[in-house]
Amino acid sequence: MNTSMLLVIAIIMMAMAFFLGRKRAITVAGGNHGIRNLNSLPGYYGTLSALWCGIPSLLILALWVIFDDYIIIQIIIQELPTSSQALSESELGLLLNTVANIALNNSSTLVAEPFIIEAADRLNGLKSISQMALSVVILCVAMGLALFSWLRVNTQLKARVKVENVFKIVLLLCASIAVFTTAGIVFSVIFESIKFFQSVPFFDFVFGLQWSPQMAIRADQIGGSGAFGAVPLFAGTMLISVIAMIIAVPAGLMAAIYLSEYASPKVRTIVKPALEVLAGVPTVVYGFFAALTVAPYLRDTGSMFGLSVSSESALAAGLVMGVMIIPFISSLSDDVINAVPQSLRDGSLGLGATHSETIKQVIIPAALPGIVGGILLAVSRAIGETMIVVMAAGLAANLTANPLESVTTVTVQIVTLLVGDQEFNSPKTLSAFALGLMLFLITLALNSIALMVVKKYREQYE
Amino acid sequence: MTNLSSQPAANAQTPSTMDLVNKNLAKRYRAEKRFKAYGIAAILFGLACLVILFTDIVSKGHSAFLQTYVYLEVTYDADTLEIDDINNPQQIAIADYSALVKASLRQQFTDAKSRKERRNLYGLVSNGASFTLRESLEDNPALLNQTVGVWLLADDDVDTYYKSRGDDKADAFVGRLVPKQVAWIETWITNQQIKKRFNTTFFTSGDSREPEQAGILGAMAGSLFTLLVTIILSFPIGVAAAVYLEEYAPKNKLTDFIEVNINNLAAVPSIIFGLLGLAIFIGYFEMHRSLPLVGGLVLSLMTLPTIIISSRAAIKSVPPSIRDAALGLGASKMQVILHHVLPLSMPGMLTGAIIGFAQALGETAPLLMIGMVAFIVDIPGGISDPSTVLPVQIFLWSDSPERAFIERTSAAIMVLLAFLITMNTFAILLRNRLERRW
Amino acid sequence: MNENDPQISQDITNLITVGNAFSEHAKMSMRNVNVFYADKQAIHDVSLDIGKNEVVAMIGPSGCGKSTFLRCMNRMNDTIDSCRIEGDFRLEEDDIYHPNQDVVALRARVGIVFQKPNPFPKSIYDNVAYGPKVHGLASSKTDLDEIVETSLVRAGLWNEVKDRLTAAGTGLSGGQQQRLCIARTIAVGPEVILMDEPCSALDPIATAKIEELIAELSQNFTIAIVTHSMQQAARVSQRTAYFHMGKLIEVNDTKKVFTNPEHELTEAYITGRFG
Ligand SMILES: Nc1ncnc2c1ncn2[C@@H]1O[C@H](COP(=O)(O)OP(=O)(O)OP(=O)(O)O)[C@@H](O)[C@H]1O
Ligand SMILES: [Mg+2]
Repeated sequence: MNTSMLLVIAIIMMAMAFFLGRKRAITVAGGNHGIRNLNSLPGYYGTLSALWCGIPSLLILALWVIFDDYIIIQIIIQELPTSSQALSESELGLLLNTVANIALNNSSTLVAEPFIIEAADRLNGLKSISQMALSVVILCVAMGLALFSWLRVNTQLKARVKVENVFKIVLLLCASIAVFTTAGIVFSVIFESIKFFQSVPFFDFVFGLQWSPQMAIRADQIGGSGAFGAVPLFAGTMLISVIAMIIAVPAGLMAAIYLSEYASPKVRTIVKPALEVLAGVPTVVYGFFAALTVAPYLRDTGSMFGLSVSSESALAAGLVMGVMIIPFISSLSDDVINAVPQSLRDGSLGLGATHSETIKQVIIPAALPGIVGGILLAVSRAIGETMIVVMAAGLAANLTANPLESVTTVTVQIVTLLVGDQEFNSPKTLSAFALGLMLFLITLALNSIALMVVKKYREQYE
Repeated sequence: MTNLSSQPAANAQTPSTMDLVNKNLAKRYRAEKRFKAYGIAAILFGLACLVILFTDIVSKGHSAFLQTYVYLEVTYDADTLEIDDINNPQQIAIADYSALVKASLRQQFTDAKSRKERRNLYGLVSNGASFTLRESLEDNPALLNQTVGVWLLADDDVDTYYKSRGDDKADAFVGRLVPKQVAWIETWITNQQIKKRFNTTFFTSGDSREPEQAGILGAMAGSLFTLLVTIILSFPIGVAAAVYLEEYAPKNKLTDFIEVNINNLAAVPSIIFGLLGLAIFIGYFEMHRSLPLVGGLVLSLMTLPTIIISSRAAIKSVPPSIRDAALGLGASKMQVILHHVLPLSMPGMLTGAIIGFAQALGETAPLLMIGMVAFIVDIPGGISDPSTVLPVQIFLWSDSPERAFIERTSAAIMVLLAFLITMNTFAILLRNRLERRW
Repeated sequence: MNENDPQISQDITNLITVGNAFSEHAKMSMRNVNVFYADKQAIHDVSLDIGKNEVVAMIGPSGCGKSTFLRCMNRMNDTIDSCRIEGDFRLEEDDIYHPNQDVVALRARVGIVFQKPNPFPKSIYDNVAYGPKVHGLASSKTDLDEIVETSLVRAGLWNEVKDRLTAAGTGLSGGQQQRLCIARTIAVGPEVILMDEPCSALDPIATAKIEELIAELSQNFTIAIVTHSMQQAARVSQRTAYFHMGKLIEVNDTKKVFTNPEHELTEAYITGRFG
């Protein structure tokens, strides 16, 4: 029996346990009229039986499937000739691959050394033994547990409470996936980064002015040449983000102010969703727009005025990114401005302030923490934005503040370093994870501050 | 009342106050007008960007829905095809149909003498044309040794030239075409041997190196499978997490920690999720690259926070009175949730979830990390077939040098946007229905 | 309210205001005022004068339109989209709702204090300086300091806050906040001050302070005050106007209203039979 068959069987056993448990509960209670003698409704007894029977069986199944390959491989390695056991890790891997291939094809068409054929046969043998054993174990466990739970059904059993506890635990597990995800992110970037910092000193990375990872493929150049200095990348990221924010903050903020303070409800119902469409456009579309429309346009316009604008200018990427962020800022600011109590507006208007004076001198200052929080979130978004810069910004790590030149960013480098098949352990690949770690830490810090500020602000007016 | 007639001291300053106020009024109103104008300008700027973006995409992409075909007289010559037994499908399958196209082209344009010129000539028709010929011969073996007129797929350079030409030859985009090739195409145009048809290939085939044969079906299937995995994983888990946090979670450190985690994850750049997928799913669990399964896993983790946040809002909006009523009738907490809270908040949760899924459908960066950028011609048939997705296809095509890929990229963007707009409209309709109910 | 009470369940559709709604030295005069929120009429044909340096109290059951009427007097209701106003409002000779009348200038002349203290989230100093600043009343910093100080002194708050002018206005106690709002209003130097239940959010001691303040302010300002407390009306005002369901039922000298009301609805209200 293969794994999916066993899964089906386990589920059938669960269903059976459910019906048996329910029936048993009714019997124990003394028929349909005795149900009020039971601690819980019969359905709960059924569900509890099903859980008792199913959870251990499925757990065993899962663990078995995860670990049996590993154990079998270890056994095979043990039985290989000592000469092979002494091989290096990668060579051994290659050898095992051949064994697995032969075992899979089950064919003698492949010529190989006899000990490999032998190992392949052994592999197949072990695999079928493992499958058999698994089948037996699952069947026994499931049936045994079904019987056990059948026996345990009695009027005193608090079936409902137990089922609800399981329900709650499952919900808690789902909620903690977010924590596991964060942990996963942290571990995946940290481990690779630590490996990276073993070959490139941390300070060379953070303060180095030279970034050319392609050169460093040759082993003798690693670290020593300073090819992994990330400063130009951070500078490029900053440059593009600053351009984006110069566009997005005034436009987004003013749009929000106009919509929430001046616009008639009719205008608002039309314009607000229209602006939100901008937020729904995938970034790859913005990237295409930046690379194929905005960048050439800027280059042509620039040359008209005798300026040399790079066709991968930071300006093009920054402009388009700014447009992307406008709705983000405007909807966050809109929320925040609407949270300012009407009484403050009345107070200012009642003194004879004009509407714009009220906005500039009372509403905005009152909403400032919320707006700043929103802007920080937007900055973190600009820093982490990938597709626009991958498509419209350059690859060369120039350290410049001139928006007409081409710069590269952290995200662009991560993508270029990792796309395609890469050696997993070369410093070049690992450097991408180190960049990822930096990116994660920076955005995490920005988000945490922003969320805290916004939360404080919300509490103030609640 | 007593001092009504006598002017009190404070009122003596009144006239001067009014004078001061009036003096500044004009200036203040100008500031008011200016401020309002800034607001309008900001909104117009945003709307203009939207309009420019969409017009740009549509103007670049609409032409991709038509495709240029060339009319050629083709002789299914048995000798050229090396078919001696018409009933042998093997022979029909492996025959060299491009030779027929070449022969036909040579026959029409006898001025192609040198090898180079001939190569240029042959280059005018797509190599996809041989498939068309093979299919028609398979369908109708009687065609062997017959001469028939067929419309064959033109090469992308011809396609670009013909589409950009309009009425005036001078407007046309020549690109890589040599003058002789242009002359040949012009002959076709005068003979009315060339026309545009609806581009079915675009919707029925996978990726290709040849723009005229490239389609988005493979990418759409990949997107579908990826999204399916995302939906199946993230929606139930997200709802369960929201239920826990809203209905069960005690006010303690653990709950706070979980909440902070969720809020932070919602703002983590998507590319970081790609790194997670690469390191954990591909590096550690040794899953294969380019699979919708892996893509779906990564996107699930990415959309989960969004779904949890919107589901919590939906659960919060269920009036507590309903919970109290059910609890008062003796329902257990789980029953209250399953029978009342979830059904009542479902439209709200779905609205949030659909918006999250639309984001996932448009997501590119994390999928690049897990290798969904491979060049894949076959249409994937399941979640464990290597595939790419629509946004990544757009990214790949936008990088291609052929000019004909620009219009295809734009067309693919139009298709993607159509999907996203449909999803979002659906979500908005759902939300409106929900608002009417409460 | 008890509609079935035989004494008060009379038809009020054609009712005319009894008493003395007019004043010889009117600072503000309202004539035939109707106010609508969308289709719902909140004020029905009300006419009333506020005499110069007089304090007029407006009383009446909840929802009878006191705030609405008061807010119309410095066009605060312009901010409510659904609100439509008919009738003649005059500040001395000026038509308040004349198309050429400037709202900003009007509100500089007719200040308003709200029910709930609403200091801006700024320092005490900035709260008071706000009005003079936006109107450009102070030509120098010392000028401004002086305005702030006199206003705070007149609002009876100076001694309590003079050492912490830079502290946040929102950090004061409720009564102090309300006095700060009054100081903020007088800093602009208005001619009329409108007060909408200025003490309803305050404790008795703070209330007493504000009432004292009103009495003092009436030396220099014309005041219209909405209140729910009849004692307060009796203590601070010279005349009292009784509103009922959007109508002005009776206006008379405060003493007369509380000792010998002319209209039976007024009597019913002040004797506590409804409201
Ligand atoms: N913004 C508004 N929109 C619609 N109707 C309103 C609005 N403000 C007040 N109303 C209505 O107008 C009527 C008068 O309200 P107003 O606030 O003037 O009463 P009030 O006498 O001040 O009552 P209270 O003593 O409770 O403050 C009420 O029926 C009220 O419902
Ligand atoms: Mg009121």
